Amino acid sequence: MDFKNTSDFVSGFWSMYVIVITLVSVLGCGLLLLLQDKAKTNAGQTTGHVWDETLEEYNNPLPNWWRWMFYITVVFSLVYLALYPGLGNMAGSFGWTMRGQYETEMKKADEQYGPIFKKFQAQDIRAVAANSEAKEMGQRLFLTYCAQCHGSDAKGAKGFPNLTDQDWLFGGTPDQIKESIAKGRDAAMPAKGVKPDLNGDQIKDLANYVRSLSGLAADSIRVQRGKEQFGAACSACHGADGKGMLGVAPNLSDKVWLYGSSEADIVETIAKGRINRMPAFGEFLGDAKTHLLTAYVYGLGGGTKEDAPAAAPAPATEAAAPAAPAEKK
Amino acid sequence: MQSQATYNYKVVRQFAVMTVIWGIVGMLVGVIIAAQLVWPELNVHEFLSYGRLRPLHTNAVIFAFGGCSLFATSYYCVQRTSHTTLFAPGLAAFTFWGWQLIIVLAALSLPLGFTSGKEYAELEWPIDLLITVVWVSYAIVFFGTLVKRKVSHIYVANWFFGGFILTVAVLHLVNSAEVPVFAAGVLTPKSYSAYAGVQDAMIQWWYGHNAVGFFLTAGFLGMMYYFVPKQAGRPVYSYRLSVVHFWALVFTYMWAGPHHLHYTALPDWTQSIGMIFSLILLAPSWGGMINGIMTLSGAWHKLRDDPILKFMITSLSFYGMSTFEGPMMSIKTVNALSHYTDWTVGHVHSGALGWVAMIAIGCTYYLLPRVFGKTEMASKKLIEVHFWVATIGVVLYIASMWIAGVMQGLMWRATNVDGTLTYSFVESVKATYPFWTIRLLGGLLFLTGMIIMAWNMFLTMAAGKATDAPVLEPAGAH
Repeated sequence: MDFKNTSDFVSGFWSMYVIVITLVSVLGCGLLLLLQDKAKTNAGQTTGHVWDETLEEYNNPLPNWWRWMFYITVVFSLVYLALYPGLGNMAGSFGWTMRGQYETEMKKADEQYGPIFKKFQAQDIRAVAANSEAKEMGQRLFLTYCAQCHGSDAKGAKGFPNLTDQDWLFGGTPDQIKESIAKGRDAAMPAKGVKPDLNGDQIKDLANYVRSLSGLAADSIRVQRGKEQFGAACSACHGADGKGMLGVAPNLSDKVWLYGSSEADIVETIAKGRINRMPAFGEFLGDAKTHLLTAYVYGLGGGTKEDAPAAAPAPATEAAAPAAPAEKK
Repeated sequence: MQSQATYNYKVVRQFAVMTVIWGIVGMLVGVIIAAQLVWPELNVHEFLSYGRLRPLHTNAVIFAFGGCSLFATSYYCVQRTSHTTLFAPGLAAFTFWGWQLIIVLAALSLPLGFTSGKEYAELEWPIDLLITVVWVSYAIVFFGTLVKRKVSHIYVANWFFGGFILTVAVLHLVNSAEVPVFAAGVLTPKSYSAYAGVQDAMIQWWYGHNAVGFFLTAGFLGMMYYFVPKQAGRPVYSYRLSVVHFWALVFTYMWAGPHHLHYTALPDWTQSIGMIFSLILLAPSWGGMINGIMTLSGAWHKLRDDPILKFMITSLSFYGMSTFEGPMMSIKTVNALSHYTDWTVGHVHSGALGWVAMIAIGCTYYLLPRVFGKTEMASKKLIEVHFWVATIGVVLYIASMWIAGVMQGLMWRATNVDGTLTYSFVESVKATYPFWTIRLLGGLLFLTGMIIMAWNMFLTMAAGKATDAPVLEPAGAH
């Protein structure tokens, strides 16, 4: 699309229509002033009409400074219309467009700031993460683009993963973090896992069992019953041992809870499911800034130190059901 | 020289009293939402949350407070300057009760969450229909009265009232065109705009800016043209100026809406036209200010001890200030800084509190004793106190919002050496807290003034009694 012409007119007729109406209107304002200025006035005398006993009007002429201020705005408008887009499809002699201004400013910014970011782009993430200048720049990017969800301390909130711990839903290696930022992540835990006929009592049993996996207090009878349901409803994704699968389902046996660890929270997670999304930033930020942000997030302390095999051991079990959604770092 | 018929003051009295009552209600809601910005914990329930109360505030002050004062003053002015009683008095009574019903429906439906989502036009379609019926009745009463006038010339105040009534009808009908939602075959109070995308935005701001231009400007200029010369006891400064600025104002306002949509999906040419007509609008706007202030020329000494004139002249000064500021803010480069900041809020309130409310208050002080069989309000002292409390309130309000707005605009655009933003959004929120507190104080002072006014009004009503003045013969008709 040609952004140089953003008038959106579907035919030349509408352009002409707008040009004529606009010019007639601007000139009409000047003409109104000109004609009324010619009308006879009589300073200090009233027009002779009286309303409601006392209401009268002086026939004073227009104040001079006001008249000229009015003319100046009319002339300014005509000049502006010649220089800037305003008359239908006519571009104006400056060739200015809103889009053009944006592109010019962005180009200038890229030229000025691009090299600052580029110098880190060629470096390894771990090296960038250790560089204090890069860390400061990364933090500023983080506060602008990431802090709204993950918090200015990157520790997240309910539904928004903590980026400073060792627990990664989609992996904590530099490449995995970069992929999360650039392409975003989608995660969904279906309601009642893969067993849609779970009843309320069974869900409560499951919640107690899930709590017991990470050593939280739980009703031992419900834990026993929940354990039986877990295989059929949850383990397909979370694994038979509840330790989850990277990129598929979170580990239920650790201390990290994206949606809360209370029995009520877990019941809600199982009963209603969870859907979550980390938006993709790659196209918006460009490679250089994505690289810098990746290094910043990696350097927050939770980044995986060695390039570990990406996938967690797949706990093969037939039954399964997810328990919590996913986006975490 | 007096006939036996009396002016219809009943409807004027009703609207005048409700002006003060709704003024207190509307401004109280304003004070509550201002407090919610300082203390977010005050959002105690969804019905009383900021998002629900903010449209209630704007609707209450514009249409309940401003609307009642326009009805009261236009009915008073059109009868007296036409030297005849109101046309269709039954219909006039209907406009009062109909308008009050609309206000009550707004006060219920907005907190409950019914909204069409269009600023200053949030009310849903059943209320929109009722507004249409009441407004058409208003037009019939007003223009019917003009038609049966006993003088050949139409007084300038009535041009402005007439222009305001006609234009608001058109604005309301076009912008509120909406499609009601049927849920499972049942008609619901929910509706969606008949327009889509950028066209919807353009129609909305054509409406939105002209709601300011006609409801809050042309209508109130009509008020000014009757009550300022009356209170000052002087002729209007220039008939010729009133002709030029009237036609230029009503014509040019229609074009200014796009300046609300600078740097959006609105095409460049539309934005430019919105901007240049906003600049042309400066002179026509100032025409009204000059005619009002210069009417006092030769009688400046009256300002010393007449608090009603103080309200009127101060309101005209704020009118001049905000109609200078408006065109400046419509310039794209200025707008790039001011848009979406509290500067806009400050600008609106220098117009809404400084101009609209102060002229309405001044005119109501003139009107009230005269429709209750007195010549003056019960306490002139209280008017004086009201004036100073209100003026200090406005100054605190707009000064704090100007500073906050420019600060926000500068913080949002500040960048570091590497081009990253210096401040995150929440830092600008944090920096604004002190100014929101000062604004709250300003609003609280203004509300206090309205309560003083209500007290004075009740004293006046208690001392007087509902009185209708006899219809006067036109000058020179005897």
